[in-house]
Amino acid sequence: MTKIRVVHYMNQFFGQIGGEDKAGIPPFATNDPVGIGNVFQLASNNRYVIVKTIICGDNYAAENLEEVKAKVLEWIKEENPDLFIAGPAFAAGRYGTSCGTLCQAVITELGIPAISAMHPVNPGVDIAKKDMFIVETGDSAREISSVVPKMIRLADKVLNKEPIGGPEEEGYIPRGIRINVRKAKRGSRRAVDMLVKKMNNESFTTELPMPVFDTVPPAPPVSDMSDAIIAIGTEGGIVPRGNPDRIEAHNASKWCHYSIEGIESLKKGDYEVAHGGYDPVPANENPNRVLPLDAARVLEKEKAFARLHNEYPVTVGNVTAVKSAERYGKEMGEMLMSQGVQGVILTST
Amino acid sequence: METLKLRRIKVADVQFGSVTEIQGKTLFINKEELISLLLEDKQLQSVDVKLARPGESKRIVPVKDVIEPRTKLDEKTYTFPGFFCDPDFISGRGTTIVLDGAAIVTSGKLVNFQEGLIDMSGKGAEYSVFSKKNNIVLLFEPVPGLGKHEHERSVRNGGVKAARFIAEAVKNFGEYEEAEYPAATLLELLGSNAALPKVVYICQTIAQGLLHDNYFYGLNAQGCLPVLMNPTELMDGAVVSGNCAAPCHKHTTYHHQNNPIIEDLLSEHEKKITFLGVIVAPVRTAFVEKERICNQVFKIAQMIGAEGAIVSEDGGGNPEADLMMLTRLFEKNGIKTVLVTDEYAGSDGASAGLADVTPEADAVVTNGNGNERVILPPMDEVIGHIECVDVITGGHSGSLLPDGSVAMEIAGIMGSTNELGTENLTTWAI
Repeated sequence: MTKIRVVHYMNQFFGQIGGEDKAGIPPFATNDPVGIGNVFQLASNNRYVIVKTIICGDNYAAENLEEVKAKVLEWIKEENPDLFIAGPAFAAGRYGTSCGTLCQAVITELGIPAISAMHPVNPGVDIAKKDMFIVETGDSAREISSVVPKMIRLADKVLNKEPIGGPEEEGYIPRGIRINVRKAKRGSRRAVDMLVKKMNNESFTTELPMPVFDTVPPAPPVSDMSDAIIAIGTEGGIVPRGNPDRIEAHNASKWCHYSIEGIESLKKGDYEVAHGGYDPVPANENPNRVLPLDAARVLEKEKAFARLHNEYPVTVGNVTAVKSAERYGKEMGEMLMSQGVQGVILTST
Repeated sequence: METLKLRRIKVADVQFGSVTEIQGKTLFINKEELISLLLEDKQLQSVDVKLARPGESKRIVPVKDVIEPRTKLDEKTYTFPGFFCDPDFISGRGTTIVLDGAAIVTSGKLVNFQEGLIDMSGKGAEYSVFSKKNNIVLLFEPVPGLGKHEHERSVRNGGVKAARFIAEAVKNFGEYEEAEYPAATLLELLGSNAALPKVVYICQTIAQGLLHDNYFYGLNAQGCLPVLMNPTELMDGAVVSGNCAAPCHKHTTYHHQNNPIIEDLLSEHEKKITFLGVIVAPVRTAFVEKERICNQVFKIAQMIGAEGAIVSEDGGGNPEADLMMLTRLFEKNGIKTVLVTDEYAGSDGASAGLADVTPEADAVVTNGNGNERVILPPMDEVIGHIECVDVITGGHSGSLLPDGSVAMEIAGIMGSTNELGTENLTTWAI
């Protein structure tokens, strides 16, 4: 039987140091299992061997998270275990936050698998669920005897790279990740079967529950246009000749910004379309039709606003993941605001 | 009842030969004859023909379209109506010759970013029906200075010409399997079994400019309203693709000829459903056009008495607005709807996979996440222009690795997340 070497993280309460009065203690490590650590060893028939237990006060971790993270990573690196277990944290928010943060760091920075368990509303869930499986618990430690076997079963599957079923089947909190898998039947057949069921009022399961989108409230109007710095920007992929930063034609990995200082109008040949989602011929002929610099300069001369900002943000909005698009939008807004821009004309294609 | 017979001649290998003919299950191509036919187009400077068979260590890139060789048995009728023929006949009837197992692949100099890749073996071959075909690859090089629109037209026309010409050359071959499909009138359909649920199929086709256009009977769909068709018309090439939206989810002409939703609806016709027909619907960019087209689709569906509908997406992003608009119209008026789509959920699968949503869309089939990253192993031979992998959809600067491997999203693989459900990929939430 292969032994699995485990480093276990817990707070001062589960570490049997004390309650809230001891929440300020800094992290320390022991080379033995503590408390629930023994339950993990027992429930795994001693396959899991806790080689180090790290205990830290909840308040100390919350107030010094970066320092605690660095210390824990150092200890784990020294130990080089097969698995990192954090918690279970149940509904304890500070404890869950440190568990989530540490698990995420161990997985992404050290490449060591991690497992934890929490209540779905624990703030630690959102920190780490994209990177790991977190077993779903109720809000109290009474469930420990049922939670530990679930954690072991999932951790074993992760360690052995076995296929992992859906959240309900395996008992973990939905991670919000969609992975590609193959079905026995082709898509068209599944669609016809689904329609026949729907028409006969039989139950069916959609393969893609509708995502819920954030709504963005419109910004208030610019109070005084005569005093305003206005920018232009686009997702239409108008870039300097040769696409110097190689913005992808599709699912762009970045946004860029370029100077238009002293430029009256975008000349054919100096700018081009990097976007793969529309007919580029007219905009290659006249790039101003996607990024309207020529018209903006006219309005600037007519004093419709104080001055045109001398940088324009640009990306390619073509089958781009919504998450990336959100981030680019936010970063563009932050850049423009930090440069004193009060309004922006964003063109889309 | 009118019908269309598909006479499928099995092609298990393709070779060059002195005569274009079939011997056993091998299709022989007279290369010089084919090239001289294609060079009748004076906008082409050169044409070359290469062959790529299943299992070979070959990579084809950039691919514009794939077309199945088909021709009509009967005189004065033609496949791909509207392309190089007199339109004085009704499509989708009579007998059509199909070279089952062969495909024309159009390639050559990149027209624009939306062109794809086909691998004949290795990881990439798991994703595409075209990796299992005996491919006749046409490498078109345009005359210097040819505009992009003219370039695209020459390549599209060349593919259609070759597909019809090769099938025509072998059409009297004696070994085949024949299947018959109904080209029924509404009365015949409704009279067959009134109790079965009546179903219509809506096939989106992008109509948005260069490499985003489709052709109905030779007409650019940009200027068309939705058209009601017999399923058999699509089998005869009534829709030709000039559409290279992301390769993973564009419908090639081959997909329209072999629409699996039509096949699977026909297999249940008069058993569990009555399949009323196909509404081929253009997808434009402007909102007013989307409204105009969706309302026309709904009107036709209602006129013919549809109670249920399958709607398949073409491309991704803005066509999802049409998809959701139509779902709302249908469901509000009692037409139960199933959508067939794919997703762009980000490389980590953690992003929302659609650009528009509606609560009424409660029955959706997804054909996978196009953003999944893969590394495709090096191939012994590249047909076309390998450097294109750095700029095509799904690729990025650095996609071509030093050893000849290609690191890209499956978005760049022709038909990998096909939204007619040709493949069996889907997504699963963890």
